[in-house]
Amino acid sequence: MQDLGIKVLFMGNNFLRLLEGLWITIRISLISVALSVVFGILLGVLMTRRNLMIKAITKVYLEFIRIMPQLVLLFLVYFGLTKMYGINLSGEVSAIVVFTLWGTAEMGDLVRSALISIPRHQYESGAALGLTTVQIYWHIIIPQTLRRLVPLAINLTTRMIKTTSLVVLIGVVEVLKVAQQIIEANRYTVPDSALWIYGTIFFLYFIVCWPISLVAGRLEKRWKS
Amino acid sequence: MEMSLDINFINQYIPLYIEAAKLTIRLGVIGILLALMVGFICAMIQYFKIPVLRQIVAVYKELSRNTPLLVQLFFLYFGLPKIGIKISSETCAIIGLTFLGGSYMAEAFRSGLEAIEKIQLESGLSIGLTHAQVMKYIIFPQALSISVPALCANIIFMIKETSVFSVVALPDLMYVAKDLIGLYYKTEEALLMLVIAYLILLLPISVIASILERRLRYAGFGN
Amino acid sequence: MEELEKLLELRHIHKDYGNGAILKDVSLDIHKGEVVVLIGPSGCGKSTLLRCVNGLESIQSGDILLDGNVISGKKTKWSEVRQKIGMVFQSYDLFPHMTVLDNILLGPMKVQGRKKQEVQEEAEKLLERVGLLDKKNAFPRQLSGGQKQRVAIVRALILKPEIMLFDEVTAALDPEMVREVLDVMLELAKAGSTMMIVTHEMQFARAVADRIVFLDDGEIVEADTPENFFEHPKTERAQKFLNTFLF
Repeated sequence: MQDLGIKVLFMGNNFLRLLEGLWITIRISLISVALSVVFGILLGVLMTRRNLMIKAITKVYLEFIRIMPQLVLLFLVYFGLTKMYGINLSGEVSAIVVFTLWGTAEMGDLVRSALISIPRHQYESGAALGLTTVQIYWHIIIPQTLRRLVPLAINLTTRMIKTTSLVVLIGVVEVLKVAQQIIEANRYTVPDSALWIYGTIFFLYFIVCWPISLVAGRLEKRWKS
Repeated sequence: MEMSLDINFINQYIPLYIEAAKLTIRLGVIGILLALMVGFICAMIQYFKIPVLRQIVAVYKELSRNTPLLVQLFFLYFGLPKIGIKISSETCAIIGLTFLGGSYMAEAFRSGLEAIEKIQLESGLSIGLTHAQVMKYIIFPQALSISVPALCANIIFMIKETSVFSVVALPDLMYVAKDLIGLYYKTEEALLMLVIAYLILLLPISVIASILERRLRYAGFGN
Repeated sequence: MEELEKLLELRHIHKDYGNGAILKDVSLDIHKGEVVVLIGPSGCGKSTLLRCVNGLESIQSGDILLDGNVISGKKTKWSEVRQKIGMVFQSYDLFPHMTVLDNILLGPMKVQGRKKQEVQEEAEKLLERVGLLDKKNAFPRQLSGGQKQRVAIVRALILKPEIMLFDEVTAALDPEMVREVLDVMLELAKAGSTMMIVTHEMQFARAVADRIVFLDDGEIVEADTPENFFEHPKTERAQKFLNTFLF
């Protein structure tokens, strides 16, 4: 009965539904990465300031976000915010909030270390030209750090896509949820469909993440020198 | 907002969290040890460029690093039984965690080994040591200490990843928290205990890791 | 030369990496107690020749004999042969995770299986000879480049090698540290050690060598006493090379 299971993929629009489910997770990831890059640059710049207060707050934020499993963060936002503040966020929005908080912490730290690797005189010669602080960052510092950051941001994208698989646990209808629905619907006609469907999802994730990892790895190697 | 915590509730359910944390620690430790073994073997295979095996290792590493643990677990726990391979929840969790962590550990060992310059091997050979002795006395001690920060980061990463074990019906911390929220609607208490439990688990490792890292980065041997 | 016992014989050595030969038909005998200095432009194959002698590089054809025994064959027990051939490299190659003393003791203890106590005494004597006894418990990173190279020399000497190979050991040193290393080598030469030295220090070469071997493009172009070679080089290639050192 080996051929029975795989058949379920091609019944009706099942495969298309899985892809649509996958797109939901990818969409959440892409939105979160985009927001993380923007906020991460701001956070990174902020963290190079010498203000002790800012230093302490950003440090606690960074450590907390990094040490907590992303699933715990999802629970905090999805269940916690609703209960404590009466803010009713959908699973998808909760996920974007959490992954942006997480991505911002990761990017922020990368941006910070990229920034402090830029020699002091770069800032000083910018100032000597009469540029404002914002202009110095925008025209001189940030372009120099971009080379280091692009591969890391791409790398973050694959981590983000993998982690987004967790959203099924806060009720977002994505690829795993669709899979469960398909398996449930075919429980009697195709009893071994779970093997094929979950196997397919495994490879779908791989097909999405692998090329991105490869690109990130290549860029990192090439831009190192 | 009004936040008042039900202390009695917290006291009542602390033992549940402790049990759950024990489960996380037990499965986490087993998974980490196995992943260290898998990682070390993979790194050796790649370091010595063993034909065929190294291609298998390369494929394994890409598969493991580019798929989520959650999906790996779904496949193991819900998929495999359909072709007669029935695996218990705990075994599933351990296999999944090892499969995931092994590739990260392999990467950590590999980067340590690659950081050792070839001249170290050559000068070891030139005083008459055999290849095996050079590995044992010269390459491994140096490579391992370079790998330590990455290994620590992987340990933290793996413990965090255990938080999805509830999907294979294991009563871990997430499972307990979700249960308490669902049954009693004690969201704040359940979440607070959840956060504290993970802090207790992970903060010490994180602190030790950063101390080790600082020591290795700024001092090296001889300070 | 009183003794003419051949210690090391190189017979028609040929080596290439597949894209052009590195060593072409190189033949050279080194006698016991002799100091041979190899000079030549960079890339001429002189370092490769040293590395072939202690088996870090393989050769395509030819034979290398030590004490009359072929050591370039497939069945060579390198671990044994290398105890008789000491080598010091250009880059500081001490083991960074061990103290100076442990660096020196590793070979005698693990390779020769000798007792720590008796070797330690010897090691300390040698360290004293190169002026570094007070550094015996230091780690390599606490030493200067010159000190590291002196320790590396001791680490090779402790195995009582029959011949010492020096591969541009001062090339990576700051100028003020070159002298302290060369002095140690001069002293070894005076004490009768057999040595093969690759160097760019022409003054030193002249002072230490019994024979200068000039290599260019993978072959031996000239071999002569230092006086003859530096004063009256026979070939145009050697003259041209020596001119690059004149101002």
